[in-house]
Amino acid sequence: MVGALLLREWKILLRARASIVNPLAFLLLSTLLFAIAAPQLVAEASQQASGILWVLVLFTQLLSLDAMFRRDYDSGTLEQSMIMADVPFVAVLIRIFVQWLGTGLVIVIATPVIGPLLGLSWAAVPGTMLALLLGTPALSLLGSIGAGITVGFSRGGIILALLVLPLFLPVLIFGTDIVNAAGAGLNYTAQAYWLALITLAALIVSPFAALAGLKISVEMQ
Amino acid sequence: MQTHIVTDPLTLQFDALACQRDGRVLFAELNLVVEAGTCVELLGANGAGKSTLLRTLAGLHSQYQGNFVSPPGVYQGHRLGLDELLTPMENLAWFAGLESCSFEPSQALALAARLGILPLAHTPCGKLSAGQQRRVAMIRWILSPRKVWLLDEPLTALDIDAQRLLNEIIAEHCQSGGSVVCATHTDLSVAHKTILNLRPPLQQASSW
Repeated sequence: MVGALLLREWKILLRARASIVNPLAFLLLSTLLFAIAAPQLVAEASQQASGILWVLVLFTQLLSLDAMFRRDYDSGTLEQSMIMADVPFVAVLIRIFVQWLGTGLVIVIATPVIGPLLGLSWAAVPGTMLALLLGTPALSLLGSIGAGITVGFSRGGIILALLVLPLFLPVLIFGTDIVNAAGAGLNYTAQAYWLALITLAALIVSPFAALAGLKISVEMQ
Repeated sequence: MQTHIVTDPLTLQFDALACQRDGRVLFAELNLVVEAGTCVELLGANGAGKSTLLRTLAGLHSQYQGNFVSPPGVYQGHRLGLDELLTPMENLAWFAGLESCSFEPSQALALAARLGILPLAHTPCGKLSAGQQRRVAMIRWILSPRKVWLLDEPLTALDIDAQRLLNEIIAEHCQSGGSVVCATHTDLSVAHKTILNLRPPLQQASSW
């Protein structure tokens, strides 16, 4: 079951390249906007880089979350996976994982480019990548709860943001702390453990909550 | 969802079933036993609750009263459940994967040939016409091991040829021990069909 489902998601990811390119383009463009609008903020080795980077990552995630279940909902594949799947939970978890591959992982890979553009020192880049690698899965997982509930609304984008952004706060706190510590050359093991803990907790709770939200959305259809 | 156990696991039955949608009672006191091998034609005016009854039986609608026992079935709603970026074969493989069944491409291709969409088997579903997509959906019902088919207006968008094929497929499914509940506005030409006509209740229940 897992193999066939993963294969499908992978093929869709490759064929709908916009789902990878658009978030990345948004991240690059908004980085550019910061460099133009507030050059003093993104000066070399500035203290603000960590905060700006993480907020941009949150917004990028938010943009891509709205599309997480949208296509499946509109085409009816979502209701079919509720009815036909042996374990609907697995189908939801795979969808979340693939959404993370298309945004979170791409952001991690793009960090060496984006970070220095925002004034992040090169020494902080490995720590930032670790923070994003640990933190972005939590963003996808927690975001899936809001995405599942709002997929039935034709214009659910703003409600999704209101629902999900507060859930992102713990990730933001520990994520920026790791980047700051890495920039100052300090040890950030403790924060990394905390971030990993948040992600694992989100992994336990989120797919069930998302599934419950999706069931409500499918019933409203 | 399952309220009591019937002796035959393939029998779909409901007694005193009433469904409500957006605060409006669609039908009440509905009783039926659908034994294996029977085809039920579900009739009713627009808005009589045909789709809601099928969604209830599929487990997609929870505003109902009464009891029903429905074995896991294939549900075909107005949305076909085909991903437009994937080819028919890839969609069918996904459906098999959902049910943890093995997918036999040769079997699927043989059915595609029967339904006249073999040349399109590797074309993304988004490029297929509405009727052709319906034909792909028909393959998925046949490939599924589930014995109960819940079909919501399956004749929509089908040409004369495909309508004949659909009737054939439903008849074959019933002969092989499956059962079909089919909402339709066009008569099915299946022998020995049961007709269930949905009518709104005479007295609207004020509240549940």
